[in-house]
Amino acid sequence: MEIADKLALNKFSVDTIPHLKIDQEKCHPCPHKNCTLVCPVSNYTQEGDRVVLSWEGCLECGTCRIACDQGSLQWQYPRGGFGIAYRLG
Amino acid sequence: MEEKFDAIVVGAGPAGTTAAYLLAKAGLNIILLERGDYPGTKNVFGGVLYSSVLNRLIPNFWEEAPVERHVSARQWYLLSPTDALSFGFQSQEFDSPPFNNSFTVLRSQFDRWYAAKAEEAGAFLITSTVVDDLLIEGERVVGVRARRDEGELYADVVIAADGVNSLLAQKAGFREELKPEAVALGIKEVIALPTAVLEERFHISGDRGLAMEFFGEGATKGLEGSAFLYTNKDSLSLGVTVVLKSLFEKKEKSVELVEHFKSHPVVKELIKGGELREYQAHLIPYGNRTLLTGLCRDGLLVVGDAAGLVNPTLYYEGTNMAMASGAMAAEAILAAREEGDFSQRSLSRYQQRLEQSFVGQDLTQYRGLGRLMEERPQLYTSYATLLCRLAAEFLAVREEPRGMRERAMAGRVQKEMPDLWEAWQTVRRWYET
Ligand SMILES: Cc1cc2nc3c(=O)[nH]c(=O)nc-3n(C[C@H](O)[C@H](O)[C@H](O)COP(=O)(O)OP(=O)(O)OC[C@H]3O[C@@H](n4cnc5c(N)ncnc54)[C@H](O)[C@@H]3O)c2cc1C
Repeated sequence: MEIADKLALNKFSVDTIPHLKIDQEKCHPCPHKNCTLVCPVSNYTQEGDRVVLSWEGCLECGTCRIACDQGSLQWQYPRGGFGIAYRLG
Repeated sequence: MEEKFDAIVVGAGPAGTTAAYLLAKAGLNIILLERGDYPGTKNVFGGVLYSSVLNRLIPNFWEEAPVERHVSARQWYLLSPTDALSFGFQSQEFDSPPFNNSFTVLRSQFDRWYAAKAEEAGAFLITSTVVDDLLIEGERVVGVRARRDEGELYADVVIAADGVNSLLAQKAGFREELKPEAVALGIKEVIALPTAVLEERFHISGDRGLAMEFFGEGATKGLEGSAFLYTNKDSLSLGVTVVLKSLFEKKEKSVELVEHFKSHPVVKELIKGGELREYQAHLIPYGNRTLLTGLCRDGLLVVGDAAGLVNPTLYYEGTNMAMASGAMAAEAILAAREEGDFSQRSLSRYQQRLEQSFVGQDLTQYRGLGRLMEERPQLYTSYATLLCRLAAEFLAVREEPRGMRERAMAGRVQKEMPDLWEAWQTVRRWYET
């Protein structure tokens, strides 16, 4: 089962404002791009020499924040009431 | 007009709700802030609530709380990519109150129920509200800033019960960012299975439940961590947890971890016919974090996962530690109130109590074991596989004298698992004297 199909089972209340942001200038020189591996929903993908992010399926775990040692990721929780809403956590 | 409370609690998980419940019961004016649209919607755990503290606060809570099953049996598995070596324990004693203080629960239901108890006691619960900052005057925490209109709230004391990411303490400069070796990522799936099938498959009935832990290459692809499978009423909670350092170094894709575990022949059989209902991820404090320091400031206490209070050794034990710390924080605040002194010195009663309690003692004692395991990555990679190999060798039926085989096996243990060999020799010497 693909991750997109798994996420389709979850309940999200997606905010129109992203709660995560990448500073491309700081991200660019990063030698490991670990975010593209460690995110449990594969929210980070490498497109050419850029890492692009989609925040809609974010489970708000915080792994990417710890993986990013370039200071290029602005990480915060979504606004209250938005984001993932587990029914069976 | 600025509103002032006796205490502000940030986070309605087991730690925060316990503190809010006790303080409200003592008659204080308490506000409990939670970012989820109700308590529990943001929370994930493996699945066994350890309830020794809860049962002291609300005796026989299981009669009204949404629990799934009590855990009357436990099993531990070592998995090679294809084989399994296991042992287990079950007890009739665990089948009667207080059920060994172990119940599988779903947090979205349990946390909601528990927070409602705090509300009943008089706490003021506000959901859908993210707290972004502590308000600090001089050296003293005087309140919080919530991300909403008129979001500045003031109190004599703030309890940071905001979970593993502990952003509040970080932002205020009281804690550093989590270190990759001191935090694990847990990825979990809830898989529905008809109750009748589930009970037959796991040999349980009534309210009885089973908790299984898995180690080795078959469980974690050789990363430091483990996997678990717990029985709910009509679903399974199945997951893999891996220490971030190990995940970063080995460059495994974390989306593949659960799939890998589920594809093990033993696990595949256990979940056969099951239907995925939810996919979850959450971090867990992992053992060897700088411990029990910096948990009190002027006007601030840090409790639960935000303080790193989880013992990850036998299984993840965090809920009871969270509740215990919440209760001790509440006691310290009541004592501080008597004296009208919310300074760090006065609040450090909390830290002292915590150190003396099972929480402090267990975490200190097991820290050494944690380090020992961290220094031996082979425990997570080759050992389980080798032990499975030895079991297969030992049980193999062929035309060959056993003695020869056993000597060859002993040779392999000595060479490939020197520390296990060492331990075995120690036990032998101990028996011989
Ligand atoms: C995969 C996994 C398996 C586990 N298995 C077990 C197990 O089987 N048994 C066990 O005992 N423990 C287990 N644990 C550990 C256990 O879940 C934790 O120790 C426990 O939940 C800690 O309670 P807490 O109240 O400190 O934090 P949490 O339960 O994380 O609660 C924190 C609360 O604060 C809220 N919050 C956070 N930040 C903010 C903010 N800025 N503003 C407002 N609200 C905020 C959150 O939404 C949440 O409700 C497991 C953990 C994981 C991740």
